Amino acid sequence: MKPEKVSSILTAFPSSSKIVSEPLGVVLIISAWNFPFLLGIDPVIGAIAAGNAVVLKPSESSPATSSLFARILPSYVDSSCIKIVEGSISETTRLLEQKWDKILYTGNAIVARIILAAAAKHLTPVVLELGGKCPVVVDSDIDLKAAARRIVVGKWGTNNGQACIAPDYIITTKSFSPKLVDALKTTLEKFYGKEPMKSEDLSRVVNSNHFSRLTRLLADEKVSGKVIHGGERDEKQLKIAPTLLLDIPDDSLMMQEEIFGPLLPIITVDNLEESFDLINSKPKPLAAYLFTTSKKLKEKFLNSVSAGGMLINDTTLHFTNTNLPFGGVGESGMGSYHGKFSFDAFTHKKGVLHRSFVGEVSARYPPYTPRKQKFLKAVLNGDITDLVLSVFGCLKS
Amino acid sequence: MYNLYFFFSKVTYLSDKQPKRIKQRRDPLGRCSQLRKLKGKGALEARESKDRRRRKMAMDLERVVEQARETFESGGTRSYFWRRSQLRALKDLLHEKEAAICEALKLDLGKHRVEAYRDEIGFLIKSVDHALQNLKKWMKPEKVSVPLVAFPTTSEVVLEPLGVVLIFASWNFPIGLSLEPLIGAISAGNSVVLKPSELASASSKFLATNLPKYLDNKAVSVIEGGPLVGQQLLEQKWDKIFFTGSARIGRIIMTAAAKHLTPVCLELGGKCPAIIDSLSRSRDVKVAINRVAGAKWGFCSGQACIAIDYLLVEEKYAPFLVDLLKEKIKNCYMRPADLTRIVNKQHFQRLREMIEDPLVADTVVHGGSLDQESLYIEPTILLDPPLDSEVMKEEIFGPLLPIITLKKIGDSIEFLKGRPKPLVIYAFTNDEKLKKRIIEETSSGAVTFNDAVIQFALDTLPFGGTGESGFGKYHGRFSFDQFSHRKAVMRRSFCLEFSFRYPPWNERKLQFLRYIYSFNYVGLLLLFLGLKRCSST
Repeated sequence: MKPEKVSSILTAFPSSSKIVSEPLGVVLIISAWNFPFLLGIDPVIGAIAAGNAVVLKPSESSPATSSLFARILPSYVDSSCIKIVEGSISETTRLLEQKWDKILYTGNAIVARIILAAAAKHLTPVVLELGGKCPVVVDSDIDLKAAARRIVVGKWGTNNGQACIAPDYIITTKSFSPKLVDALKTTLEKFYGKEPMKSEDLSRVVNSNHFSRLTRLLADEKVSGKVIHGGERDEKQLKIAPTLLLDIPDDSLMMQEEIFGPLLPIITVDNLEESFDLINSKPKPLAAYLFTTSKKLKEKFLNSVSAGGMLINDTTLHFTNTNLPFGGVGESGMGSYHGKFSFDAFTHKKGVLHRSFVGEVSARYPPYTPRKQKFLKAVLNGDITDLVLSVFGCLKS
Repeated sequence: MYNLYFFFSKVTYLSDKQPKRIKQRRDPLGRCSQLRKLKGKGALEARESKDRRRRKMAMDLERVVEQARETFESGGTRSYFWRRSQLRALKDLLHEKEAAICEALKLDLGKHRVEAYRDEIGFLIKSVDHALQNLKKWMKPEKVSVPLVAFPTTSEVVLEPLGVVLIFASWNFPIGLSLEPLIGAISAGNSVVLKPSELASASSKFLATNLPKYLDNKAVSVIEGGPLVGQQLLEQKWDKIFFTGSARIGRIIMTAAAKHLTPVCLELGGKCPAIIDSLSRSRDVKVAINRVAGAKWGFCSGQACIAIDYLLVEEKYAPFLVDLLKEKIKNCYMRPADLTRIVNKQHFQRLREMIEDPLVADTVVHGGSLDQESLYIEPTILLDPPLDSEVMKEEIFGPLLPIITLKKIGDSIEFLKGRPKPLVIYAFTNDEKLKKRIIEETSSGAVTFNDAVIQFALDTLPFGGTGESGFGKYHGRFSFDQFSHRKAVMRRSFCLEFSFRYPPWNERKLQFLRYIYSFNYVGLLLLFLGLKRCSST
């Protein structure tokens, strides 16, 4: 909250400058269903810290959490300026007709476009936390057991793949893929047992719409015969087993859309550097992961691939470092939050300049003369010598 | 269908003209129907020709954008050396073409060369120098700290160019408002398409002719044209759009950007008030008058987003202020050569209608004369025009200065609440309590005390609006950040694995996680050594 002193320049001497962090006003937070508690409260923390009034619209696809917010939040926070609005499309549409000082939306790119267009009517700035197909590039010279654990927990241990930063697909070399597949299978069994459909450690698919969507991805004839592990489904319980697929075509539905579920395609290439072209042929994702010990490959990855965030030799963990901005780029979103970035997202940085009446410079004002121009040139260039010379009329034009 | 015709030159198309009605007569040879067919055919051909021109223009634009994207994706704009070379080339252009720039500004706006240097050329040289001095530092990844629990891990933020960016410039500072964002976009390593305002046609032509001679024209292009060109540019996909102009067009641009999820920076305007408190020292009063008058009539004749729009003053002080301003105008702002003219007939007409409103005309206490031929409007002072008149509802953007009187100066805070947030609030006061109230109880892009406009020159202060005056900021480092993506990068090691990260889940793992998130290292250690039992909540 503390104003930040900044330096002034010769042009403005004598003066002092600072940047004051000012709340934006009344902000709208529209959260998602996959981490309904986190993605509701985390932005609210930033909005409150920055001094705003807040309206939170939790996702209707997580109704228990939504009604929990509506029931218990008012008894903990100042409900005159932190409010919950429950509902679905029609309530969200009505909310978007109002004028907000900021909107933070977590969700998908289709709805994000609607929100951005609605925000444009009132010139409301937005933060859009979207998703994308987060790739995992896996090199051969690695600690495979640790890598497999980190990939499996990042995928199925994170809401069963229903997370914007969950690994979406893997790219590895043809020669290494059998070892990687074995390691993933072994780890899956270690984490979820021989019958993962009965494991209580796996989240289920959120609802029947998403279950149908995932079933449709599996039913695509382009991926038939490509399932190498899992594939079991239970519509009644909304469960799909951790599923691995090998070398599905790039034009299959599963490789064109964000999966957001427990299906993990593995794409093999001859040379890992081909993976960068494949990743760059798709919209920029929210996160990109690389498992390697090669310094050269790390640097190439960092320089060639654009994503919201990147993690070397692990998955999803960067989300937890509040010193890192969390946000997307391109189709994966705009703006960022977490930690101080949350505070900044909901703040207007107001420049405040205090000038003195001392040190008036007549060169600023008409009637303009060549001498005034010389003086101004010297001031704007920060050239003390020329400044002095022009004061004494010694400078030629 | 966007309506970009407001503010821009009116364009009529043949298709808008209705064919003449032909009297119904007996026409055994069918001559009338043949004539109708010919006329209809002419209109159709004209429409088709217009469509062909539009399609050709669209294809030309697509090619420009494609080339900019290819250049970016080939890595041509990323290196420090490329960015530095382009900034140096810009600096050369500003030095070598100073006379040509002044000439263009003279043609477009009648700007005096001192004003042109002060507000555009000199300002830009300062900005380029600042960028050159700091570019290496800005490009360097920023190391960030990592909690001990994540050991061994390193984290940093890498500044990455966004890609291909579109800059729309305004007409009032046509060179400055084109090149200042361009400096930021190039420093950040992007390809750029610049669309100068067609209302400043000489400056637009200057940029289109000269930028390709100095800069890498595979990465930086200038597209000239009016609303149609603007519309077609908005149909392309950009990685960022930077717009300086009115709120109305800002909305159109943001709506178009929504289709591609393109982030935008909108530098708009608003009615920038100046609160004038009573000042005890006569020297302070003299300086304040200089600065107020300079920020109105000496700054593109008030045609600037940060020009003083109107004054707020205590009623007992108003007559004194009016006299001082009249004196100042008489001494400094009477020579047309020193004053920028109104940009075109539409704006002249707009301002004329503001003054000629009968309820406003009565409040003119100085000036008010207009010359349409030379597009000159005399520096004009209005005392207490009605608050619901156009001159007090709309951004003036011209040399009319309303003075609104209040019972006490502290009422200015209430006056400003409930009004759209301006780009700047100015206040001339030595009262520290009033200054504090203004900072804390009002909202604006920026606040400047005891001066006006000069905050624009500081590279250390973010320049940008809030609310109706826009969002996003630039100048100095803020320009670099505006055109960059802050990519979070975390590097982990394979040594040191914690089993509590992985399923199958149990209460002990949950307890580890509780201690991790509360950074309770003692608890962690004891739990790890088995000296602490896990608790279930």
